[in-house]
Amino acid sequence: MSAHKPLPHDAARLHVTGAARYVDDIPTPADCLHLAFGISSVAAGTVTAMDLDAVRSAPGVVAVMEAADFDVIPDCSPSNHDEPLVSDGTVHYLGQPLFLVVADSHLAARRAARAAQVSYAETAAILTIEDALAAGSIFEDGPRVYTKGDVTAALAGADHVADGRIEIGGQEHFYLEGQAALALPQEDGDMIVQSSSQHPTEIQHKVADALGLPMHGVRVEVRRMGGGFGGKESQGNHLAIACAVAARATGRPCKMRYDRDDDFLITGKRHDFRIDYRVGFGADGRIAGVDFTQYVRCGWSMDLSLPVADRAMLHADNAYLLPAARITSHRLRTNTQSATAFRGFGGPQGMVGIERVLDHVAHILGRDPLEVRRVNYYPPAQAASSDTATGDTPGAKTGAPLDTADLAGRGSVRVEGSSGGGRRFGAAYSPAPAATGNTTPYGMEVEDFILHEMTEALSESCDYAGRRAEAAAWNATQPVLKKGIALTPVKFGISFTLTHLNQAGALVHVYQDGSIHMNHGGTEMGQGLFQKVAQVAASRFGVGLERVKITATDTGKVPNTSATAASSGTDLNGMAVKVACDEIRARIARVAAPHLQAEPEAVIFDGGMLRADGAEMTFEEAVSMTYMARVSLSATGFYRTPKLEWDRIAGRGRPFFYFAYGAACTEVVIDTLTGENRILRTDILHDAGASLNPALDIGQIEGGFVQGAGWLTTEELVWDAKGALRTHAPSTYKIPACSDRPDIFNVALWDRPNREDTIYRSKAVGEPPLMLGISVLMALSDACAASGPAYPDLHAPATAEEVLRAVGRARA
Amino acid sequence: MSIRFLLNGEPVEVEASPTTTLLDWLRETRGLTGTKEGCNEGDCGACTVMVTDGDGARALNACILFLPQVQGRAVRTVEGLGGPEGQLHPVQHAMVAHHGSQCGFCTPGFIVSIAVAHLNGRRDFDDQLAGNLCRCTGYAPILRAAEAAAAEPVPDWMRTDAAALGTLAVPDAVPRDGDGSAAFAPRSADALAAWYEAHPDATLIAGATDVGLWVTKQLRDLAPVAFLNRCDDLRGITADDGVIRIGAMTSLTELGAFFADRHPSLAEMIRRYGSVQVRNAATLGGNIANGSPIGDSPPALIALGARLHLRKGDARREMPLEAFFIEYGRQDRQPGEFVEAISLPVQADRLRCYKLSKRFDQDISAVCGCFNILVEDGTVTSARIAFGGMAGTPKRAGAVEAALTGSPWTEETVRAAMAAFARDYAPMSDMRASADYRMEAARNMLLRAFHEDRGVATDVLAVTA
Repeated sequence: MSAHKPLPHDAARLHVTGAARYVDDIPTPADCLHLAFGISSVAAGTVTAMDLDAVRSAPGVVAVMEAADFDVIPDCSPSNHDEPLVSDGTVHYLGQPLFLVVADSHLAARRAARAAQVSYAETAAILTIEDALAAGSIFEDGPRVYTKGDVTAALAGADHVADGRIEIGGQEHFYLEGQAALALPQEDGDMIVQSSSQHPTEIQHKVADALGLPMHGVRVEVRRMGGGFGGKESQGNHLAIACAVAARATGRPCKMRYDRDDDFLITGKRHDFRIDYRVGFGADGRIAGVDFTQYVRCGWSMDLSLPVADRAMLHADNAYLLPAARITSHRLRTNTQSATAFRGFGGPQGMVGIERVLDHVAHILGRDPLEVRRVNYYPPAQAASSDTATGDTPGAKTGAPLDTADLAGRGSVRVEGSSGGGRRFGAAYSPAPAATGNTTPYGMEVEDFILHEMTEALSESCDYAGRRAEAAAWNATQPVLKKGIALTPVKFGISFTLTHLNQAGALVHVYQDGSIHMNHGGTEMGQGLFQKVAQVAASRFGVGLERVKITATDTGKVPNTSATAASSGTDLNGMAVKVACDEIRARIARVAAPHLQAEPEAVIFDGGMLRADGAEMTFEEAVSMTYMARVSLSATGFYRTPKLEWDRIAGRGRPFFYFAYGAACTEVVIDTLTGENRILRTDILHDAGASLNPALDIGQIEGGFVQGAGWLTTEELVWDAKGALRTHAPSTYKIPACSDRPDIFNVALWDRPNREDTIYRSKAVGEPPLMLGISVLMALSDACAASGPAYPDLHAPATAEEVLRAVGRARA
Repeated sequence: MSIRFLLNGEPVEVEASPTTTLLDWLRETRGLTGTKEGCNEGDCGACTVMVTDGDGARALNACILFLPQVQGRAVRTVEGLGGPEGQLHPVQHAMVAHHGSQCGFCTPGFIVSIAVAHLNGRRDFDDQLAGNLCRCTGYAPILRAAEAAAAEPVPDWMRTDAAALGTLAVPDAVPRDGDGSAAFAPRSADALAAWYEAHPDATLIAGATDVGLWVTKQLRDLAPVAFLNRCDDLRGITADDGVIRIGAMTSLTELGAFFADRHPSLAEMIRRYGSVQVRNAATLGGNIANGSPIGDSPPALIALGARLHLRKGDARREMPLEAFFIEYGRQDRQPGEFVEAISLPVQADRLRCYKLSKRFDQDISAVCGCFNILVEDGTVTSARIAFGGMAGTPKRAGAVEAALTGSPWTEETVRAAMAAFARDYAPMSDMRASADYRMEAARNMLLRAFHEDRGVATDVLAVTA
């Protein structure tokens, strides 16, 4: 059986030979046109005049489209219908598309786009958290607040109380393949779109809207992306829509890809946060209560910011039982790029907040931060209850009617009034938080907590205690350099918090020759989803992987898909494929069973054979027999995640099917003269359940860690006072390079079955490892603290400059 | 203009505008889409190709490589690395076996970089791959693949380009004036001097690691242009009579190798200058002539007492390197005048170079400080100190030098001299660093130099777990 085997990525051979095709590599018809946006050069105001004559007359230009060219400007938003394809005259951020150039080459379009003469009436841009608070520039009707217990009383009664603040910078996705789309006009006005998108159904929906077509008039295909990381969940909409409307207008194929600088300037990034905290705690470090205020800079449009901010609140506890907690979330609207999904989707920022609190508490008490972390852990999991096998309960009772416009978008929460929208329990129907001592601030029981064992195993294997003592001894001899070490846990909730998105479909064909064509709603962005799901299919049929053809995600094959996001790709699509395969398998077994003198249920599919009580036949024979018996060898599969119920307004319920866990121990060294710093060693133990493919899972963990470490160290987004993003290319925005990975980098899987009934008892692994990178920030804090008596208050990203400031604070 | 080169072993002749990049030509004209565009500015390495000439094979970024720069050379893309029977190159095989690709978009660039390292017997992979960014893997499996492949022999087919080059007849490009796309590719400094004096408004293209971006990012029309890559007499380093003379077209790679023993701290800084791909293209003359306040070679060369040699037509003049940089964006260079060489005295090594950037590898300096402090019998007898990133030009720290010279080499002297930085510099804030940080870090670099001289550990790159 291929499930659980460490097989290479399905396209690895295509990758290494350069034969793997991305959108810009797909051969296009000779008359293909190329698009570029002209973008605003101010952050806020109105366009008073836009002279596009020079654009129109530039070499190679075929058409120029601006607001006036549309009866209704197509909308690109995944949530709130607040993102016109081109500005309607109001400018919301520096980089906003104002007009669209259609030319005979990519270069001609780019050149022409710069020839516009645009005049603006500028208004004061709202750029910072302070600006937005002062202007009351917010999304939703006010801050969201989740509470557990009486935090005021808890703080009042605590032995110690500490206040603090941490600034947490955003992050550019820097997918190596920039955003790209290609639209091919079809007969009768239909459109085929090739898109580098994590969400083909959303592209289909938005393109159909833009063209005035039913969704059936648009087919979207995604073979692969050159990286996504959340940045292609909604940010590809503009390109696909632009290509479609230009293709409609010209009757010619249209392709668009952003130059890297345009990609930085136009598209959203990870939300930056400020988190204020007040924590009460005892002499043993046990937290009595914590009051968080999260300020979220959302940018100019709503996009996915509400669920991102929700998820930050949902991870404000991380691995820690908070007897009392209040989490207040301000979603601030600013004149900057619209912050969007990025691996972790707000969870990492929330988690940094509580890890900072634990670090601060430990510093005040002069205790080992790991000890303080461990005394605050949730209680260990009890043995799994018997109802976990197949419980397929409906997700929720029907609540308020859905906003039918954007069902498939993660931002599709209605915001009018305080009742919110989407499918949910009303607060009145929500289960009250149980008092069993393992309840999150949002009332969910933590049933599967395994970090006690994992932390013990990791701290032993990496010799945390011994190395911590060695680092302290080394530091005592060093006037300039200081080492730091930290071990931090991750507990990450798995499921879309918009419950209805937790569904998936699959389409499986078995051909007469026994070869298998597999399709599902998930997209491949490098994570190895296609290979994992193919392993599921091969395992269900008991055949070799070479029989399974993985085909491009296609809205014409599997409809109404959710974004490949929230780490859910394998959980959802793997299950849907399994359902489809099992349906076909049952049909084959029914046909073959009489020939094997067995009941259909007794037929085993294994090693390319069907076997029962000593009789056997080849899979091909059985398939051929099924075909001859006029039984269908094609089936769809459908899956919905059980057990979910969630009220995002009240902050009550069970938003997650289960939690994925991990822990990382990182050692760093800093230079107290310049703040330069680097990672010396990282040890990771990560929970992927019963891994479907250990090689691919370890790849996610290594890569996620380094990406998380980059977010918290060298990756700094800098906007100037005019709202211009000054770090708009890899020359100025520094993701980790080869030598930035830890010198010693040990990664191991906590390879034990998920207690919940997931696909082959595996666990989601896309996002959680990113948060292992928090160990780097905490190790840097430890190193800064080694240079002086005070708490260093280290902010993120901990660039060399920030580390030097923190050293200064520690010495103050 | 007409350009002839070998592409994956086959001769090609291309008629193209001289500022067409190799990447655009490969992808859009030739249909070879394995080579990717990730950033179009030479920072991500997704476009890495192997270029071979008489000096051997090296990795270059195709996105900022103009077609005339491969004139007479052999180019091999990811599509050309496999064997004639369709075999995978050992590096390709190892990358599959070690799970070195995830999304796969950066992979062709990595494959080419590792294959060039493999061919050249290089195993310092952190440096060899500093110019290839990957966002998926965290690099660990790529390094495992590179290590595994290093144990495999170089396939025969990887050695064929050098021999085949001899069969390639390369025309001497003739300057074509007046057609708006004039491009000149002189074969000697004399030819360049004569042509440039007659065309003083022309753009000289040496390695194109900066000028390339004028085209790919600023979309500038550069005509007329001259490509200097075939002026062999502008390349090379000599060391006679106590004087080191470095030709303007000497690449940073060659420069780093030359200084490895003489001034190891400078060689270490050059190791962090750009990436392998950038250093293979970038030239010393270009780094000086473009006048950047944050170029890394000028502070070091100023600290070493370098002199700049300029030429216009047959007229030559020279000056201390620091005198060339007048103010931001303005150098002491006349129309039609070009950098011919740099010279500096052979000297005992006291040079310490400190490059401060957000990321260690392939990052432009926020501050680059270079110290050449001579101490005799405990007293500072001479101090030449220069910084990049602290002013509108690379600039000497005259007040700091004065505060040190003649004083005992003690922490007290150093701390007193640190106060003098405010007289030398008033740095600015930008996306790389704030003014305050620049000033504090610059001062602390002097302290670092002192500590380092006393044997105190100051280099985080030298620490192990």
